[in-house]
Formats: sequence, structure tokens, C-alpha cells
Amino acid sequence: MTFLVDLLAATLRNATPLVYGTVGETYAERSGVLNLGIEGTMYAGAFAGFATAWVTGSPLLGLAAAIGVGLGAGAIMALLTVTLGANQHVSGIGLTIGLIGASEFTNRLIFQGGELQRIEPMPIVNPFDGLAGLGEVGAIFDQYALTWIAFLVVVPVAWYVLQRSSFGLEIRAVGENPEAADAAGVNVARTRYLALMIGGALMAIGGAFITLALLGSFTLDIIAGRGWVCVALVIFGRWRIGRGVIGALIFSLIFSLQFRLRILPGFGELPFELLLALPYLVVIAALAISGRNVAYPGAYLKPYRRS
Amino acid sequence: MRSRFRLSPWSTPVLVLAAILITFAITAGPILLAGANPIQAYALFVINPLTSGFTAIEVLVTATPILFTGAAVAIAFRAGYWNIGAEGQLLLGAIAAAGVGMVVGGWPPIAALAAMIIAGALAGAAWALVPAILRIRFGIDEVVTTLLLNPVALLLVNGLLHGPWRDPVTGFPESPRIAAVAEFPQLLERSRLHLGFLLALAVIVIAWYVLARTPAGLRLRAAGLSPHGARFAGINVGRTLLAAALVSGAIAGLAGVSEVAGIQNRLTSGLSPGYGYTGIVVATLGTLTMPGVVLAALFLGDLTVGASTAARSLGIPSQLGAVVQGVLLLTTVALLALRRYRFRPTRPEEGGGSETAAEVGAADVAAEGQPG
Repeated sequence: MTFLVDLLAATLRNATPLVYGTVGETYAERSGVLNLGIEGTMYAGAFAGFATAWVTGSPLLGLAAAIGVGLGAGAIMALLTVTLGANQHVSGIGLTIGLIGASEFTNRLIFQGGELQRIEPMPIVNPFDGLAGLGEVGAIFDQYALTWIAFLVVVPVAWYVLQRSSFGLEIRAVGENPEAADAAGVNVARTRYLALMIGGALMAIGGAFITLALLGSFTLDIIAGRGWVCVALVIFGRWRIGRGVIGALIFSLIFSLQFRLRILPGFGELPFELLLALPYLVVIAALAISGRNVAYPGAYLKPYRRS
Repeated sequence: MRSRFRLSPWSTPVLVLAAILITFAITAGPILLAGANPIQAYALFVINPLTSGFTAIEVLVTATPILFTGAAVAIAFRAGYWNIGAEGQLLLGAIAAAGVGMVVGGWPPIAALAAMIIAGALAGAAWALVPAILRIRFGIDEVVTTLLLNPVALLLVNGLLHGPWRDPVTGFPESPRIAAVAEFPQLLERSRLHLGFLLALAVIVIAWYVLARTPAGLRLRAAGLSPHGARFAGINVGRTLLAAALVSGAIAGLAGVSEVAGIQNRLTSGLSPGYGYTGIVVATLGTLTMPGVVLAALFLGDLTVGASTAARSLGIPSQLGAVVQGVLLLTTVALLALRRYRFRPTRPEEGGGSETAAEVGAADVAAEGQPG
């Protein structure tokens, strides 16, 4: 029982950065732009959040700094791919290389490569604490505020905005058929800028969650491919927020499970790196099964020029 | 006729030079933050490595792995196959080279080296095979699958180093040393320049010849410029993409062989500080042509050697190198886009989920009549 409660609590916790990242990437791609800058944006969010919280002593200011960095990263991606119409694959990889480099550069300037610095991680909140009848199971709800916000605020609001609001309709329209959207009076460039900046902010929050809440410290290679996983989850979810979040939960369940398997006898002899690789392989397998000939957004990878 | 001899401001050399200058202007910011003089820093970066024989040779040593990965990425991108997995393919090549290198003690050197090179190329190609098949058979975006296999490859390296291949003598997470006959011979006394550099140049010359002068190269370029047009012309685009992906993976694998046999002489987890990703910078800066890849790899090698000197003498963190690479990639791709819309005001042709190599500027180069 404790094993299961632990596992489910860890699944929600580890899914949190993936949920922010996947929702953010979904916004970018639904507007027609593949943002491979996600890995670097999460990295820069993780670093900027931590460094700001360390300097000011306030995790909330850290979170604000991460959001600022995410908005900026989204704006740079938009400048390149929307205004200039540059190649989206190369722009995204360039953004990731540049942002990881800039984070590590600044990390070196501030911390001089000295010993690992720590901050007080954000507190765990359990709104059901002390609720009679939950008993041991209540521990599942011992989660960080950013996890609660991810599942109870960001996911429903992001879904509602994308599927039910006029702004969401505009995002989907410029991603499917920018010519028609333009003819209908939608400002294609402005809509894509906004989608990329909102997406960038969400990705950066996902990164900041790791340093501000999960670990309370910043280490090199802290994102470790989570951004790439989010890009895969968007395809796995067929560009739907709900399906993407389910994908994030499944990935996180496997990720959390392999951590716990290591302690069990029999698995102890396996090098743990092989178990760590398992979630990535599962994502690829899931794509191979469910991602066959999926319908990409109509204007995916295509810059828009008025002719 | 007059215009033929005038260097257009949008010609490739001018454009690449402009990208470098804009990059330097942007990265002056972080250099000032570190409390150094940007002009002095750039002088150290670019010119200093060329002022002594030892550092000039180090430039060639540093350029060696990115010559391989740059060529690997350029070949795939020219075919319109977005192989972002050169990093993982390099690591698989390194694993294979170390695996073979540890057991060939007592072999004749030629046989040992050949076995290692072939094993490394096959391992790199094998790592590229699954994403290629998923793309060609099922239409699954190769960008995501090749990217995801990069951390898997690194975990595989670490798994081997913490498990069966841990050095029994030192107990460090490094493989035992490869056999002496498996080490790449040094090309010059008292330098680290090794056979891998010549191997890289040979690969690039062959790649240039195949791309520019053979029917296979024509098919590859045609598939990249317009998959629909190529299919209409009777080219088997799927098979062409598969070939491009496997050759790209094999060449990236050779980068791993070269680092193991020429530099480290064992498998280590820090073998590649992102050479696969730097290959994307090299290929783009070289506008996906083989001569361009050579120049770009030498330039980045120069910059990397210079940055490590600058880090020591000016107190600039050496991580600036990564910042410069990222910004350089972005300015290059931005200027290529500007040029494309300057000369081609129409929107790109309708296509499926994937995009053509024309988007990175290969089309412009081909249109200028520069082969390869």
C-alpha cells in the first residue's frame, strides 16, 4: 500500500514539469510552429528561477524570473520563425544550444563553479490534510503548489482557452490555414507570437519547478531530455491538451516506477542507467504504435507570407 | 556580364561573414558581463590560436570530430531528413570502437584499425536505422525519435562504464584502455593530431564527390529539394532517405571512433561535449556543402581553442563557446531566411508534414551553380 501511494505521489510530482512543457509545446505547434527551443527554455527557466531565488531569497521572484525568461525565449523563436520565416528545426536547436550555454555561462559567473548551492524548496501543501477517512492514501495529495496549479488550473484553463475561446480559435486557425485566417481578419503574426510566448512561459515554469520545488538546487544537465520528451508527448497526444497530459502521466508513472524497481532485489544487479533509459524507449515505442501517419497541424513548419 | 564579377551582398561568403560579425556583436554582452573587453576577447578567440604552431595544430584536433558530425548532418539535411541524433550515433560509434579496441590486442595494426572503423560506422548507422524506418514506413517525425535516442545513448555509455566495462584497475567509471595497435597513430611528433583528421577529410572528399558527381548524389539532392518532384521523376524517395540516414549515422559513428582511438584511448562518459549538436552548427554555417563544412569546422575549432585560452587569461567562463555556437546558428539561419525571401518572394510549395532542404538554403547554393 505504501509502495502504491508513494508511486502515485511521485508520478504526479514527476509529471509536473512535463505537463507544463507539453501544454506549452502544444500551444506553439497548434499555431503552426515546432518549438525545439523547449529543452533550452526549460533549462533557462530552471536556472533563472533558481539563481533569482538564491539571490533574492524569494522563490516567487524566482518563478517570476523564469516566466520572464520563457516569454523572452518564445519571443526570440517567434522573431526567427514568424517574422523572418527561418527554418524551424534549426532555429529551435540554435535556441536550445544558446539558452543552455547562456545558463551555464551565468551559472559560472554567479557561483564560480564552487560547491552546490541550495535554497529552501517550495513547501508541500495538502488541502486534504487531516481529512478523516483518507488515512494513508492522503499522502498522494502531499504535493507542491505548482503541481496543484498545473493539474487544477493550467490544464483546464489552457484547454478551455484553446478549444472554447475566440483566441484559441485564432491559434488553431493560423496553425491550420493561415491564408483563411488572414482573410478572416486574424493577425497571423501576432497570434503566433502570443502562442509562442505563452508556450515559452509555461515551458520555463516547468523547468523552474525542478529547481525551485523538486530539488532546491541547480545542477548541470538538469533537464536531461525532458523537453524532447514533451515534443514527443505532443505528437502522442495528437495536439490535444488532455491526451498530452495523459501521456505525461504514463511517462511519469514508468519513470517513477523504474526508480523504485532499483531497490528491489533482482533489479539491483542491472546498471540503473538501463532502467533510466526505459522511459525514453517507451515514448519511442508509443510513438511507433500511436503516431503512425497522424495528421499534423495544416501549417506545421510553414512560415506565412502574404502574397 | 558585369554582375558576374561583383560580389553580391547576399552571396554565401558575405552572408556567413555577416552572421559571424552579428554574432560577435550580440555575444559582446556576456563578455562585458564577465568584465572583459570584447575586442580583446575576440582577438584571443580567433587570432591567438593561429599564432603558434602548437595551438594551430590543436585547432585541427578540435575540428576533427565536428568535421565528421558536420558532414553527417549536412548529408541528412540535404536529403530533407532531419537527423538531430548525430550525438547519439557518435556515442554508439565510440562504444563499438572501444569494444573492438579492447579485444584486438595482437592483431596487425591495419586489421585492428579497420575492424574498429567498420564497427563504429555500423554502430552509428544501426542507431540511425530505427528512426529512419519509423519515418519512411510510418511517417513518424524523425526529429523527435533521433533526439530522444541521444539521452538513451549516453545512458548506455554510462551503464557500460558503471557496469561491465568499469576499469578494474582504477575503479573509475572509464573503460579499460584499448589495445596499443588500436590507437590511431599520431600524424606529428609531440601533438595530439591523429589519423582521425585524415579520415575525416577523406570522408568529406568522398561525400563531396558522391553528392556532386554521381546519380546517387543527384537523387539525394532532388529528394531534399522537392520530394514530390523527385517522386515524379521516378526516384525512390524512401530508399534515398534511408540511404542518407544510414550514411549520416555511419559518419557520425566515425566521429566516436576517432575520439576513442585518437584522443581518449578508452570509452569515457565525457567523450563528447555535444559534438553532435555542434555538427548542426557546422552544417548550417557551411550552408550544407562539403567545402563549407570544412571551413565551418575549422572556424569553430579555432574559436573553441581560442575560447579555452581566453577563459584562462581573461576570466571569461569557457561556456561562452556554447553561447557563441547557439547565437551563430540563429543568425546564420535568420540571414539565410532573409535571403530566401529577398530572391523568392513566393511562399514555399505545399507539402506534407515535413519540410524540404530548400528551407536551410541548400536550394540557393544549388541555384548558384556550386556543386556539392
